[in-house]
Amino acid sequence: MDLSETLRRKVEAAIAEKRPLKILGGGSKAFYGRETRGAPLETGSHRGIVDYVPSELVVTVRSGTPLVELEQALAAEGQMLGFEPPHFGPATVGGMIAAGLSGPRRPFTGAVRDFILGVKLLSGRGEILTFGGQVMKNVAGFDLSRMMAGSLGTLGVMLEVSLKVLPRPEMEVTVRQEISPERSLETMARIMGKSLPVSALAYEEPFLTIRLSGLEAAVAGAAARLGGDLLSEGERYWLELREQRAPFFTEGESDLWRLAVAPAAPLADIPGRWLLDWGGAQRWLRTSATAGEVFAAARVAGGHATLFRTSGERGQVFQPLPPELARLHHALKRAFDPHRLFNPGRMYEDL
Amino acid sequence: MKPELRAELIRSLTRFIPADAILSTEEERKPYECDGLTAYRQLPGLVVLPEDLAQLKGLVEVCREREVPLVMRGAGTGLSGGALPLADGVLVSLARWNRILELDAVNRIARVQPGVRNLAITEAARPFGLYYAPDPSSQIACSIGGNVCENAGGIHCLKYGLTVNNVQGIRILTLSGDEVELGGSGYDGPGYDLLALLHGSEGLLGIVTEVTVRLLPLPEETRTLMAAFPSVGGAAAAVAAVIREGLVPAAMEMMDRPAIEAVEDYLHAGYPRSAGALIICDFDGPAVQVGEELAKAGRVMKQEGAEEVKVAADASERLRLWAGRKSAFPAIGRLTPDYYCMDGTIPRHRIAEVLAGIADLAGCYGLRVANVFHAGDGNIHPLIMYDSSAGELERVEALGREILELCIGVGGTITGEHGVGVEKLDSMCQQFGRGELKLFHDVKHAFDPGGLLNPGKAVPTLSRCAELGGMHVHEGRLPHPELERF
Repeated sequence: MDLSETLRRKVEAAIAEKRPLKILGGGSKAFYGRETRGAPLETGSHRGIVDYVPSELVVTVRSGTPLVELEQALAAEGQMLGFEPPHFGPATVGGMIAAGLSGPRRPFTGAVRDFILGVKLLSGRGEILTFGGQVMKNVAGFDLSRMMAGSLGTLGVMLEVSLKVLPRPEMEVTVRQEISPERSLETMARIMGKSLPVSALAYEEPFLTIRLSGLEAAVAGAAARLGGDLLSEGERYWLELREQRAPFFTEGESDLWRLAVAPAAPLADIPGRWLLDWGGAQRWLRTSATAGEVFAAARVAGGHATLFRTSGERGQVFQPLPPELARLHHALKRAFDPHRLFNPGRMYEDL
Repeated sequence: MKPELRAELIRSLTRFIPADAILSTEEERKPYECDGLTAYRQLPGLVVLPEDLAQLKGLVEVCREREVPLVMRGAGTGLSGGALPLADGVLVSLARWNRILELDAVNRIARVQPGVRNLAITEAARPFGLYYAPDPSSQIACSIGGNVCENAGGIHCLKYGLTVNNVQGIRILTLSGDEVELGGSGYDGPGYDLLALLHGSEGLLGIVTEVTVRLLPLPEETRTLMAAFPSVGGAAAAVAAVIREGLVPAAMEMMDRPAIEAVEDYLHAGYPRSAGALIICDFDGPAVQVGEELAKAGRVMKQEGAEEVKVAADASERLRLWAGRKSAFPAIGRLTPDYYCMDGTIPRHRIAEVLAGIADLAGCYGLRVANVFHAGDGNIHPLIMYDSSAGELERVEALGREILELCIGVGGTITGEHGVGVEKLDSMCQQFGRGELKLFHDVKHAFDPGGLLNPGKAVPTLSRCAELGGMHVHEGRLPHPELERF
C-alpha cells in the first residue's frame, strides 16, 4: 500500500508542532545506535514492490516492505541482494538502508551504498523528493541516494528505494582450514589478492572459513587449490555469523564492538575476543574495555569503531568525528531536516 | 577580471607560490580556456598551479578573502564543461600533483595525488597482480581527481561499478580551509557517506587533494565474444536474455548498422557488414568459469536470433574485435564534418524502443545518427552527424534535447557518465523539480557557503536553464585527438 501522502501529512503536522519523530520500520535495529526521542512515525504499512524487471537487475521497493519479502521475490527469479544484509529480526527495507549494514559478501561485491540507484525521500520540509533513478549509471545531480545508507533516518523518511540486484551464484561451497591467529591476517590477504571466486572470508580462532561462489567447475577448482575441509553446513555458518547468532556473539555479557580497519592492519592491543570478517576489514570484538580505549585503537589503525551491542549505557556509540567533519554533518542535517525532526540524537548526540 | 584585481592576486600569491606557477598573460592562460567540451570556451582570469597543500590552502584563503571564485581542473578531458573557467575567477590546475604516494599490495589499495592519471594506477599495480577497475575511454590522460569529481565510468561498469564503487577514501580541502578525510582505512568511514556524495559532485563541494583507490586482483583470464543480429531489437533482447541467464559480463557493448559500416570502412575489424546490430562482450575471472560463461552466453545469443557468434580465438583476435569498437567515434568522424555525442542512460529493456525513437526523431530533423554504446549498463551514446558550416548546430541541439527527453520519459537519466557541467544545465531542469534542485543548492551551501567553488556548474539556478550540448567535434578533430573515445 502506498502511504506516501499519509506520511507526508504527518511530517507536516510535526513541522507545525515542532515535534520530533522517531522513524520506525520493523524495529529490528532498535538496539543499534543511540536512543532517540520523538513520536513514532511508523512506515511498516507503506509496503510493496513497486517495480521489478529481473533482466534489468533493478528492483524498486517501498521502505516498509519486509526485507524477507523482498529477498523471497528476488530468490524466485534467481537473484539476490549482493550485499547480503543482516536482518536482526523483522527488518524492513527502509531500516536496512538506514542502518547501512552489509553481510559477509561485502568485500567481494559491495556494500549497501554500492547497490543504491535511487530513492524517493520525504524531507524535513515535508516535500517528497526523488534522487537518482532505476538505471545503472547516473551522474545527474548530487548523489544524495547513496548518502541514505547508514544515515540512521536522520536525513529524511525514505519512501522508496531502487536497488541493483545480482544473479544468485549457481553454487556455493564453504571450506575451512585450521590456522594460528598470528598467520590469519596474512593468509586472508594472500587469498584476497588472487583471482579466485571467493565470496566470504572470516577467521575465528582456530578456523579460517572461506566461501566460494560461482559455476560448479570454478568453485570445485578453487576449493581444491585452497585446500581445507568441506564444511557441510556452510550456509548455516554464514547465516549465523551475519545474524550474530553464533556463540561468539551470544555467549558472555561483554560489549560487542565493530571495528572497520584496513584488512591486514595489525590487531589493536585490547583485551577481549576477536572474530574477523570481510577478510579482516570488519572485526568484531567482545571486550569490557572502555569506549575511549576502543575508539583510540580504531583511530590509530586509520579506521573507526562502533559500540554495536551493549547492556550498558548507549552514550557515544559511533566514532567521534573530527571537528571539521562534524561541522559538515551539522550543515547537511540542516539542509535536509532544518527543523531537526528526524531521529534526533540517533547517530550523534547533537545531530 | 579587472587588471587591478589580477595584479593584487599575483602580489598576494607570489608570497608563497613560485612566480612560474602563476600564469597571467593571455597567451599563458589560453590553453586553459576549455576542457574536453570545446564548444564552450572562456579565458580564465588567472591560472595557478599550486605545488603542494600549503600553497593550495594559501590560494584558497586569498581567493576567499577577496570573494574570487575558483575552478579546479585535472587533466581537462571532461566532456561536459565541468572545468570551464570563469572570466573573473582563478583556474587551479592540479595536474602536476601526480605522485603515487603509496601502493599497499597487502591491503590492495593505492594512495595517490589527484593529478595521477587513471591508467598510471593500473600500470603501477600490475607488477603486484592488481589493477584499478574503472577505465573511462580517456584513461591514458584523465586524472583520478577528475574521475572522482565526475564519478567516471567506462566499459566495465556492469560488473565492476563506477569510480564511486572503487574508491575507498579521499581527502578534501573545503573553501573554509578545512582538510577533511572521508572514508577510512577500512571499507567504510564513520557518519554520513560523504565519500559517495563527493563522487560526481563536479568540483562544487570540495577540492580533492588525495585519493585512495581499491585495487582488484587481475583476472586469471579475459575472453571476448562477438554476436551479430539482424536488428537492434534482436540485439537488445539478447542483452536482456544474457543478464536474465544470470551472467554478468565484464563488458557488453552494442553498435548499430551505421556504426558497423563506418568501422568496417575505417579499419576492417572483421564485423559482418550485413548485420543490423552487433554485441561485443567480455567475460573475465577464473579460466574455467570464463569458458563456461562464454559458452552459455553464445547459446543465449543464438536462441535470441544471432546470425553469427564468434569467440576470439586468441589475444590478437580479441584485440581486433575491440579495436573496431574503440575506433567507432573516429570512424564515424570520417563520414561527417561534425558529430555530437550524447550521453544518457535508460532501462535496458527500453533500448530497442528508444533507439527506434531516436531514429524517428533523426528522420524528422533530417539528420543521421549512429549508435555505439554501453548496452550492459543501458548507457547510450547517440552520435548525431551534421555540418556546422551548413548552420545545422541549432537543429542538432534541438534533436539532442528531444533525445534526452526520450531518456527521461522511459525512466532514464540525462547523463550516465559525462556529467552535467555547463552543457546539460537545462536538461537538469527537466530531470528534477524545484524541491530537488533547492536541496542540491542547500547541500552546496553546506560545503561552500560563499558559493566560490566552481559556481554555475552542475546544478542550474531555479531561474536559469542553459543551452544543451554534447561533445562537439569539428572536421573530425577531437578535443584530445590522441585519446581514445568510446
